[in-house]
Amino acid sequence: MYVYNDVDQRIVDERVDQFRDQVRRRLADELTEDEFRPLRLMNGLYLQRHAYMLRVAIPYGLLSTRQMRALAHIARTWDKGYGHFTTRQNIQYNWPELENVPDILAALAAVEMHAIQTSGNCVRNISADHLAGIAGDEVVDPRPYCELMRQWSTFHPEFSYLPRKFKLAFTGSPDDRAAVRFHDIGYRAVRNAAGEVGFVVYVGGGLGRTPVIGEVIYDFVPEVDLLRVTESILRIYNLEGDRENKYKARIKILVRRLGVEEFRNRVDADLAAHHDPSMDLSPAAVATMTAFFAPHHYDPDAPDADAALAAQTKADRGFEQWRRKNTVPHKVPGYHGVILSLKVPGIAPGDATDDQMEAVAALADEVSFGEVRVLHTQNLLLADVPSDRLYETWQTLKLVRLAEPNVGTLTDAICCPGLDFCSLANASSIPVVHQIADAFSDYDELYDLGEIKLKVSGCINACGHHHIGHIGILGIDRRGEEYYQISMGGSEGEDAALGDIIGRAVPKADVADVMRKLLAVYVEERSGAEERLLDTYRRVGLKPFQERVYGPA
Amino acid sequence: MARPDHKLLRHDGAVVDDPFVTLDDADPVPAEGAVLVSFARFDADRAALLGRAAPLGVVFGAAQDASSDPDLARLAAVAWNFTKFADGRPYSHARNLRFRFGFSGEIRAIGDVLRDQIHYLARCGFDAFEVRADRDPADAGQGLRDFSVNYQPWLPQPVVSAAAED
Repeated sequence: MYVYNDVDQRIVDERVDQFRDQVRRRLADELTEDEFRPLRLMNGLYLQRHAYMLRVAIPYGLLSTRQMRALAHIARTWDKGYGHFTTRQNIQYNWPELENVPDILAALAAVEMHAIQTSGNCVRNISADHLAGIAGDEVVDPRPYCELMRQWSTFHPEFSYLPRKFKLAFTGSPDDRAAVRFHDIGYRAVRNAAGEVGFVVYVGGGLGRTPVIGEVIYDFVPEVDLLRVTESILRIYNLEGDRENKYKARIKILVRRLGVEEFRNRVDADLAAHHDPSMDLSPAAVATMTAFFAPHHYDPDAPDADAALAAQTKADRGFEQWRRKNTVPHKVPGYHGVILSLKVPGIAPGDATDDQMEAVAALADEVSFGEVRVLHTQNLLLADVPSDRLYETWQTLKLVRLAEPNVGTLTDAICCPGLDFCSLANASSIPVVHQIADAFSDYDELYDLGEIKLKVSGCINACGHHHIGHIGILGIDRRGEEYYQISMGGSEGEDAALGDIIGRAVPKADVADVMRKLLAVYVEERSGAEERLLDTYRRVGLKPFQERVYGPA
Repeated sequence: MARPDHKLLRHDGAVVDDPFVTLDDADPVPAEGAVLVSFARFDADRAALLGRAAPLGVVFGAAQDASSDPDLARLAAVAWNFTKFADGRPYSHARNLRFRFGFSGEIRAIGDVLRDQIHYLARCGFDAFEVRADRDPADAGQGLRDFSVNYQPWLPQPVVSAAAED
């Protein structure tokens, strides 16, 4: 993975000093809260329902075990012993004291981490395919480009006061696991006929109160032009985005207002007005960066472990369930990726304790080259585990409650913090996920229901991505009562789609019952055990589901 | 509102007397001396203002692209007024003006201009700062030192002059 050089380290160190001074000035009342707000937001520090919340960047979701231990240390020392992994591959701490935040940032800087631009109207942390580098279908590993873009975007002086926040995502595979069409700019690496790397660039995607699927602005941006094209897109947005109404301020609204052709014309004109060769992304720069993400030293003689796995599987049904749900194939024979479910009954989705983080770090050092990844589904991944060590990995994970065998099932829900923490929320989201998990606690049933992406948001800002869930749940407030609007048919991948609302919102107590009705229709209607809920829905449509919940129209 | 006592922060950290007199739209134009006027006033009376034998500066709004002004070459200073510090448009305007059009006159930030913006403004081509009246320009100049290194090598790094060292 990337290792900071002197410049990178000085930048994060000087940022700590700068923020320490800003906090000092705030505590001395030299800065008003109004003046301090944008400064703390650019350091990921929000004022939430109960306390400050600090969001720490995990660039493209990749952590060394040293970094993971630092995250555990922060949780233990300055928070309440846990952290919350987010849908943008970051981690949030819910209870820091303002005066301790400079020390937290210093602890992060010591392990090459920061909270820079995890909030505010600037370019946010860049997310990426969590299977980067191990996926068999990958055109090119997107992480070198993500790191180059992280550096490009860090304290970019022109784009630090944008109309609104700005999110980038990269994938290097045709099978989009990074939801690139739901970002302000999404990049999908491809090769042209000459074999050169370039990017399909999507612009204007997003969720929130106005969900939009990003459109292709360029179908091939050569690698060399990646930075200048991105700058020109940002410049047109910075100059022409809506600054009056924050609900119309995202780039998706500008692109929709102009139309993608006209938006492209303006970007083209900006690109043509001035060509600065020093903005080239040179092959040498890419090669230097790519070397940081070189493949690990995999054992070429790694046993593929089929025989061993088969024996263990026979002996232990629990292991077999876990292996089927929580491991993913690896492009190198003899290795697997292992997903650590943070969707444990009774625990908020995405939460991990300091002890769990320490255990994950120790395990990753033991079996996965000392690296851990964060998934946008709010789980963790050990990307490079030898197949013949899966059994011991599972046994270790069980000891720290990180082996819940539910990845990809109904209970592997994406969920925002909701009313329990967030000052924007209208309704709770975590308790709804727990209600569903309680109702669907039988694993045979969960497995029979197959792949279901459940996504739950506590308000229309859609941090829980409800628009793109196979089933989406949106919490709303109706005269002080929590109600939930349910949608079906959303998808985040290359078959991107926004869900359809099934009907009027239902009371909180009824959510699991409604799930049961919807899934009963699915089981009756599916063409066979292999047809997923999403596919059945696309084939039979909304009506049978609606009728089961609300009665015949 | 002419502010004769008022100080200007330079992009090298020096705090100097403002060589321009800022005129309100109703103020009479003095016979001599550099003046800074609003775009509205400039646009209403270009010939007279440009015909004076003294430097002229014009204050543009955040939405205005000064680089397309037909009289740009005759302006000694272009200023953008930050009615809100969070309005980031002048950063793009200034960068265009300085690095694409090669404007060599003064590019000034006025209005809601505080210490924590100075570093970014300087990197985008601003070289003069009228810090908000309730703040000390020398203190705001400390913002130029926030970072000794940066990414984006195609944009300049602020250099604080020896004279501005305290």
